[in-house]
Amino acid sequence: MSAIIKVENLTRIFDVSKPWLNRVIERQPRALLTAVSEVSFEVPENSVYALVGESGSGKSTIGKIIVGLVPPTKGRVEIEGVDLASETDKARIDAVRADIQMIFQDPYASLNPRWRVRDIIAEPVAARGGKTEGLAERLLEQVGLSAQDAGKYPHEFSGGQRQRICIARALSSEPKIIVCDEPTSALDVSVQSQVLNLMSDLREEFGLTYLFISHDLTVVHHMADVIGVLYLGRLVEEAPRDVLFSNPKHPYTRMLFDAAPRMDAYGREVDPPKGEIPDAINPPSGCAFHPRCPLAVARCSSERPDMRRIGETRVACHLAQ
Amino acid sequence: MSNTSVLSVRDLVVEIPTRHGILRPVDHVSYDIAAGEILGVVGESGAGKSMTGNAVIGLLDPPARITSGQVLLSGQPVHSLKGEALRRLRGKRMGMIFQDPLTSLNPLLTIGDQLTETILEHLDVSQSEARRRAIAALDEVGIPAARQRIGSYPHEFSGGMRQRVVIALALCAEPDLVIADEPTTALDVSVQAQIIVLLKRLCRERGVAVMLVTHDMGVIAEAADRVAVMYAGRLAELGPVREVLGRARHPYTAGLMASTPLASQGRARLRQIPGAMPRLDALPPGCAFAPRCERAQARCREEPGPMLDTCDGRAACWFPLETGEKEEAEA
Repeated sequence: MSAIIKVENLTRIFDVSKPWLNRVIERQPRALLTAVSEVSFEVPENSVYALVGESGSGKSTIGKIIVGLVPPTKGRVEIEGVDLASETDKARIDAVRADIQMIFQDPYASLNPRWRVRDIIAEPVAARGGKTEGLAERLLEQVGLSAQDAGKYPHEFSGGQRQRICIARALSSEPKIIVCDEPTSALDVSVQSQVLNLMSDLREEFGLTYLFISHDLTVVHHMADVIGVLYLGRLVEEAPRDVLFSNPKHPYTRMLFDAAPRMDAYGREVDPPKGEIPDAINPPSGCAFHPRCPLAVARCSSERPDMRRIGETRVACHLAQ
Repeated sequence: MSNTSVLSVRDLVVEIPTRHGILRPVDHVSYDIAAGEILGVVGESGAGKSMTGNAVIGLLDPPARITSGQVLLSGQPVHSLKGEALRRLRGKRMGMIFQDPLTSLNPLLTIGDQLTETILEHLDVSQSEARRRAIAALDEVGIPAARQRIGSYPHEFSGGMRQRVVIALALCAEPDLVIADEPTTALDVSVQAQIIVLLKRLCRERGVAVMLVTHDMGVIAEAADRVAVMYAGRLAELGPVREVLGRARHPYTAGLMASTPLASQGRARLRQIPGAMPRLDALPPGCAFAPRCERAQARCREEPGPMLDTCDGRAACWFPLETGEKEEAEA
């Protein structure tokens, strides 16, 4: 299996400073927020790679960089061997763009309320001048809606049905990769299971590769082949699903697993994690997790750990073994 | 039961008159919460769980109103109170924790001002005593350096810390009942775990009755003593948390549990409940769950929907799952 997405040393810094006049008057320095910091990973073709992390961990930013909505500050992203940020051949860029689509979290905000479902679904093809006749109807049936729905407007559908429309739109240009940013977070559990099952079916049918972004460990466990855990913009651990869940090596991954509510843990008395995610504008020195880490030693606060390979796991921790 | 319970809700009905007829977001709901007990209320969006909480505390937005039934706080009816009488009760005997901690605090007042205002309003204490109590309340919910931070504004706190302030605010007048409406939904898992532990501790130490409204079954399993499952405005199932989540009797509860991905299941296909919850203006004539239910028979579709008390008091279903049957149904 070759890598269809290759991310190398990806860094994205956002300038969140106040306007220059305020900075001069209030004598404040520039504020730079490092949303993604030196992240590298590869996604093999026809697999599901999941990025998990809490808010502010940079998971959505990575997704946006991969589809090309946000340019990287440093590092490169190759999709099928093409780097969208530096490639100059328009035809190649177009070909790659058609191969990658995105599903967003909020199905209420990601569909144009003034467009008919037919136009929404056909847009990725129409924009490239392709043939769209009957396309929306066919895709609607594939995602479990009916062909008659093509003439309706988004407000006539429930949340789960809207997410199906988003999936149909993502499929219309026959992509190889779909970046799913929290695709079921806005849905109720009974509807979530319908959408997850649909996504699994479509993956098999079309040989899709998913980059699955989520904060929900149970959903990630259900969907992913390989999981990358992010903390404050840094990839701290990456392992195949079963390895990660049976033997988490990074203390943050362990903390995350312990904190997640479990359905079989009636009245469990947990020792809750200490502290909160630090400020990304002034991240802690060394390992970003060291202020909250129960195992931290002096070296952790001075030296940022490199990604090391231990068995099937890649982990960024000085003490992991 | 009723003499020890802090909150008794009896046959509560909330109705919203609309142009297309009267909607019933809460339909004959009855339950009790005892002192020191956490009742979890779960359901999908639109099931009426928040509406029930708002009806109890008197925060229904018109035209929604209570049309029948009773809400008893320590035996005293509160559903008919209005204006000043209701205002004195809210905050003093009932506290509320909302989902979004940023919108439930006033951004223009320091958290100290907001706490002391509440304390002075409801308790007969001096200004300096109120301030002392405010600091103690912040201390209790785990805000570090409470004495220094009492002069801070809400925006200076993180999401988790803000939710702690909201909890302190709900508890500072020493209420008997706290309604927590999705208190951890806006928070990250690690912070969520902290808030749940805090809620459980305060509930146990102070003997407060807590109504915990959430859609997260995991949160319910960890925090609640008893659980009420709501569907389309009615109670579908009510019982001790182990019983309801572990041996669900209502097919909806069983379906909800089976459709949540579990680590032990691995990659198996998720069991799904077909369809979606009916809209309130298009409820089926019989049991509201019948169109999605595998076990539905003619009786479910024709007779008026079953209620908890017309069935066995545990599940509002004509043909509930028997204990041990769940495994077969899933196999």
